[in-house]
Amino acid sequence: MFGILRLAYKLLANDRTKFTALIVGITFAVFLMVQMTAMFAGVLARSSATVYNIGATMWVMDPAVQTVANTIPMPDTVLDQVRSMPGVKFAVPIYSGGGLVKLPDGTYQAVTIMGLDDDTLFGRPRMLEGRIEDIYGESGFIAVVDSEYAKLHSPEVGAEFEINDNRARIVGLAKVSSNGLFGVPTLYTTYNRALQYLPNARFTTSYILVEPKSAADIPRIQAAVARTGYVALTRDAFVRQISNFYTFQTGIGTNLLMMSAIAFIVGLSISGQTFYSFILENLEKFGALKAIGMTSRELVLMILFQAGFVSLTGYGLGTGLCAAMIWLARARLPDYASIITYANLLLALGMVVVIAGVSSWFGVRRVLRIEPFDIFRG
Amino acid sequence: MQMNDQPARSVAIRAEGLTKGFGEGETYTRAVSDVSFEAYHGEILFVVGPSGSGKTTMLSMVSGILRPDAGRVAIEETDIWSMGTDALAHFRLHKIGFVFQDFHLFPRLTTAENVAIPLIVQRRDWNEAIAEAHRFLDIVGLLNRADVPPVKLSGGEQQRVAIARALIAQPDVLVFDEPTASLDGDTGRNIINFVRTQVLNDHRCILIITHDSRIFEFADRILNMEDGRVTGIANGGSHVAHE
Repeated sequence: MFGILRLAYKLLANDRTKFTALIVGITFAVFLMVQMTAMFAGVLARSSATVYNIGATMWVMDPAVQTVANTIPMPDTVLDQVRSMPGVKFAVPIYSGGGLVKLPDGTYQAVTIMGLDDDTLFGRPRMLEGRIEDIYGESGFIAVVDSEYAKLHSPEVGAEFEINDNRARIVGLAKVSSNGLFGVPTLYTTYNRALQYLPNARFTTSYILVEPKSAADIPRIQAAVARTGYVALTRDAFVRQISNFYTFQTGIGTNLLMMSAIAFIVGLSISGQTFYSFILENLEKFGALKAIGMTSRELVLMILFQAGFVSLTGYGLGTGLCAAMIWLARARLPDYASIITYANLLLALGMVVVIAGVSSWFGVRRVLRIEPFDIFRG
Repeated sequence: MQMNDQPARSVAIRAEGLTKGFGEGETYTRAVSDVSFEAYHGEILFVVGPSGSGKTTMLSMVSGILRPDAGRVAIEETDIWSMGTDALAHFRLHKIGFVFQDFHLFPRLTTAENVAIPLIVQRRDWNEAIAEAHRFLDIVGLLNRADVPPVKLSGGEQQRVAIARALIAQPDVLVFDEPTASLDGDTGRNIINFVRTQVLNDHRCILIITHDSRIFEFADRILNMEDGRVTGIANGGSHVAHE
């Protein structure tokens, strides 16, 4: 059997023009597919960055909240209600909002400010420099060192600037697991200082972070929160909700779908047509092989192997090229949001399998129809 | 039908009552009608006749690539049309060698790889098959062309490569379709002379479809067909006898 597959490989690979066209076509299609879906995955991951970085098991919020960035403040009384619910181990408020930093050179920079619960500092980032307790100090803020950090002129511990006309001092530098979507630096401070520094509406609590006593308590807490008119989502459910918003309620999902469909059609048409013409060119030879004594099953195996080989080679090259592109882009643009996930790879693999299947299906049909007698008859 | 006197040779092929038609209803055409003959080991049997006389159809049925509407073909006592499709393909692979009119060599493979195809299909080791192909290329005088693609060979050389491919599985029956049609006169004669002297042996039967009367002298017997029927069988080199 290995000999027959080697024969199939040589028949295909020695036809360098078609072989190259097939590989390039599939590589290009896979590259586009993976690139598009990787960008989308990057955007989705960034859109839920706050949820991952804070790390709470459950989030209580207004039912109208669609993403973690568009907070709808809740009254403080909700916090007390949640704390009194059965199954709640603890619940703390968190503030999430935007501020304007006046830098030492007089320019302004928008920032995201996270206000951590004063008592517990729940959701605090991992410190790189300084101590987390210093956040309680006068005008204390912790700057997150990420790709946006430079927009604050990379402040060191002790640096000072103004936030909404209030003096702010960097007391520590920290790292979070995921960068944000909107390209602005992030500062952490206490909940009360955030309220003090930033203009507020009547209600102030952005979210209530809840830790249940056990996983079994989650449905009970959700039901109890729902009775108050609010909603409690697990971390995964909140991430899903945010993803669904960007996928279905913005143009991102549609554009991704269109680009992926175009990549698929381009790949299918180039490789399908090239592979079919390869089969047509060799049709009489395949008929001769049948006459010599090759069975239809062996011929089908040869064609499937040829289609599978070019498809998987193109798949490998396409994903490799995409990974290289992302690596190169990140080297130049630290904030470049693209992630190749297993789902991206599986989706592209699925499309490649369809391309290989459709391409070989037409070829297999023709080869199965050709009769050795047709070769004799000429 | 007149059968000529033959020495006591074993029967390689026995065809009985072969009939084949194409089309349906008003378009139905009977290509071969009730053809019976025997071919023997150690002989070259030419099948001749005008275009449309049913030579190719008859030979296709005899060589197991076109199922007859009626009749029976036995090759070395094996009723080939009682076999299933895969078994018949396996039988052809081991027992019958084909040399097609247009050779049907793969232009993207080397000459040696083309010759090795039947052994590769037989699942023989690749290197072993290529080595064997070199041996058969040596027999047909083309060992020095083993690593070039067939497109770089002359028509006569391609014909010899096709013969080597047909021979490599050491079949008992060889079928040639118009072997001299695309060759000049001298090359055609040389090829058939080569077949006569180097390919034929006591265990092998060779069937050749041809229009080329210049090579009739190489036949042991000549089977003449017209309108789908055998009209006579004559000794080689002589004029075809008609009933």
